[in-house]
Amino acid sequence: MSKNKIDTSFEQCMKCTVCTVYCPVVAVNPDYPGPKQAGPDGERYRLKNPLFYDETLDLCLNCKRCEVACPSNVKIGDIIQSARLKYGTHKPKLRDYILANTDVMGSLATTMAPVVNFTLGLKPVKSVMDAVLAVDHHRTFPKYAGQKFETWFKRHALKKQDTYNNKVSYFHGCYANYNHPKLAKDFVKIMNAIGYGVNLLEKEKCCGVALISNGFKDQAQKQAELNLSSIRKAVARGEKVLTTSSTCTFTMRDEYEHILGLDNADVRDSINLATKFIYELVDAGEIVLKFKEDYVKRIAYHTPCHMEKLGWALYSTSLVRMIPGVNFMMLDSQCCGIAGTYGFKKEHYQDSQKIGEGLFKQIIDSQLDMVATDCETCKWQIEMSTGVPVENPISIIADALDVEATVKANQK
Amino acid sequence: MKFDTIIIGGGLSGLVAGIDLSRKGQKCLIVSSGQSALHFFSGSFELCSLADNPYEGIATLGAEHPYSKIGAESIADLSAKVKPLFKEVGITLKGVKDANHWRITPMGVLKRAWLTMDEYGTVPADGVMPWKKVAVLNIDGFLDFHTSYIAAGLEAKGVECSVHAISMPELERLRMNPTEMRSTNIAKTLTGDLIGALAARINEYAHDVDAVLMPAVVGLTSSTDVVKLKEKVDRPLHFIATLPPSVPGIRIQMMLKKHFQKLGGVYMLGDSVVSGEFEGGKLKSIKTNNHGDTEFKADNFILASGSFFSKGLASDIDGVYEPIFGLDVDSLDVRSEWYERNLFDAQPYMSFGVATDNEFHVKKNGERIENVYATGSVLSGFHPMKQGCGAGVSILSALYVSSLLKTIR
Repeated sequence: MSKNKIDTSFEQCMKCTVCTVYCPVVAVNPDYPGPKQAGPDGERYRLKNPLFYDETLDLCLNCKRCEVACPSNVKIGDIIQSARLKYGTHKPKLRDYILANTDVMGSLATTMAPVVNFTLGLKPVKSVMDAVLAVDHHRTFPKYAGQKFETWFKRHALKKQDTYNNKVSYFHGCYANYNHPKLAKDFVKIMNAIGYGVNLLEKEKCCGVALISNGFKDQAQKQAELNLSSIRKAVARGEKVLTTSSTCTFTMRDEYEHILGLDNADVRDSINLATKFIYELVDAGEIVLKFKEDYVKRIAYHTPCHMEKLGWALYSTSLVRMIPGVNFMMLDSQCCGIAGTYGFKKEHYQDSQKIGEGLFKQIIDSQLDMVATDCETCKWQIEMSTGVPVENPISIIADALDVEATVKANQK
Repeated sequence: MKFDTIIIGGGLSGLVAGIDLSRKGQKCLIVSSGQSALHFFSGSFELCSLADNPYEGIATLGAEHPYSKIGAESIADLSAKVKPLFKEVGITLKGVKDANHWRITPMGVLKRAWLTMDEYGTVPADGVMPWKKVAVLNIDGFLDFHTSYIAAGLEAKGVECSVHAISMPELERLRMNPTEMRSTNIAKTLTGDLIGALAARINEYAHDVDAVLMPAVVGLTSSTDVVKLKEKVDRPLHFIATLPPSVPGIRIQMMLKKHFQKLGGVYMLGDSVVSGEFEGGKLKSIKTNNHGDTEFKADNFILASGSFFSKGLASDIDGVYEPIFGLDVDSLDVRSEWYERNLFDAQPYMSFGVATDNEFHVKKNGERIENVYATGSVLSGFHPMKQGCGAGVSILSALYVSSLLKTIR
């Protein structure tokens, strides 16, 4: 679409209000005008005069549950996010910069991880961050790892990857690189066990989801272009690009085009969540997974909002259910309230916890060993609010996998 | 990914088909692009509203009507299964098989209905009003329920009405955002511990009346709050349908979906079918928007994609078409014949739909597709408004097609 043409897809809205029913914010905060009003209704006014822009649109979580519910295919969430970027008048704060630049912060923090982790966990530091930066004192920043995944991979795993005929590329994302390299190592472990070598992308930057939601559109665009260029090179080598985060996946597949206006159609289908890729190989009979007999756990799956939007929970849950010792439960699909950096902000903390209330109760009442979910920020929120450990399905599969037997079963 | 049956459309018809097939051991997938018309549910299912006895009405329908394709004998068998099916899902319906009762519309008018959710106020088949004196309550500031219409309608039938508005601090907070003072947001507020407080407010007006009538704004996710409220209110409490969205309708949607999933069904919401692979008179597989190049294969497919509202049918300057597969439709070529000048006449476009044979197989370019069936409001040949048969067609065509498909042990 040319830049001068006005996008009038909001005209498809018939004012049925179904989106409002599923909006997690409207349910807890009457200051939010609701997706219909904030999205298609408001857009009509904003096109006449940007002064109609309403700053309460910052209350939108960008969960996209309105879009999933809409019977008329109106991109309600996209309209709201685009309006925030286009018309929002307040400048991002230092706090927003810190929250949004996950990879800058990650690079700085991992080099001094023990100090940073210790400091960020201190009560006085939390009070200062609360007072000066408006990062809510209830939150603890996820711990930084002492060694980045990338560093580990180059030192310990890179060489071995050449021994595999099949190859995939891996977009690890910030969380697996700086905070939780175990997830990325688990991914490599599974892929190697099923006969796939792993390549990193030539260059990788944060997918940009936090930049978009904190108002840094230009920087998000730059990073997106860099990622797309690396992804194109991988796809040209005949490799799929796999991820272990539902939000990174969703952002690169959909937000790059819908919010940042970048054309990613040539590679969109090649950007896949690892669970989808692995499940489809199993389903097609191309690989076999062998599991340990002594892995016995009661696990429930939480559907992150962006996973709901992708529609891919099916793959992750099907994989976890393949583990013979897993007593599986599906949690009701509802927002946990964190929405990336949203719940870290002092002004959103109360709403964030209230949104997740129903989910937390269901988890606590269900006597679980573990919750499985594909999103790192859902993990922090659920662990903080319920005390129940949360793992990515990839880590669960890796822990339950009988590596030796799997390697053997997949040798051709 | 392979299923026994893939159902396109996750509303009333698709879910009933999915549940019935899952009960027969079939592995089913439902693909639903957005939420369904159950969000606008009146609280009542109609079978046929042309006469006091729905079966007498059905007997007068033409050969093109889906009921005529199902046949009188099967209609009798299948309609007997509806109440037990919903009971199994957790929804209690009232009404008898061969006599319509009367529902009360948000405009205060009585309309024929076949089965109604237990919590709604209804008038028996003989039309004799069950109350002499009622309190009609509303939530202060709730704009989708018009007590004066309800009262005027009931008073015209000889029922004495007193009208009151209830306010509570928690609801006042909602009123800060008048455009979102909607039935569902009220239901999200009026839940759990607040039910007791709500009952206390209602009881202030529940003296010397035969019943209390209030808008259906309680019980979004389960009927627990409804049951609790009824227990705590001193007089019989009945709901009256609000303008959309419909709280009880959304509950039905959620409970049907949950039951389908409990039976092993896979429900994909917010996704739409973009293409189908046909081969030798059969549909082999479909692809969806969310799943890109992943193919979903099945032995059989059911198209339960709804009518114009749900985009199961679409129209442009050239005519009416079925947008997913380009299936043959029954419609009129001359655009000016789509409408009657009088809005309240039977509008011809409402009877447009996908062309099917007597077993609801669809056609493409005149050729029957042997493993694709259509059910519900995407079908042609009926007037849901004029004949009062929308829900009946959705449910019975789904059960009928399900009965044609095999049981898997």
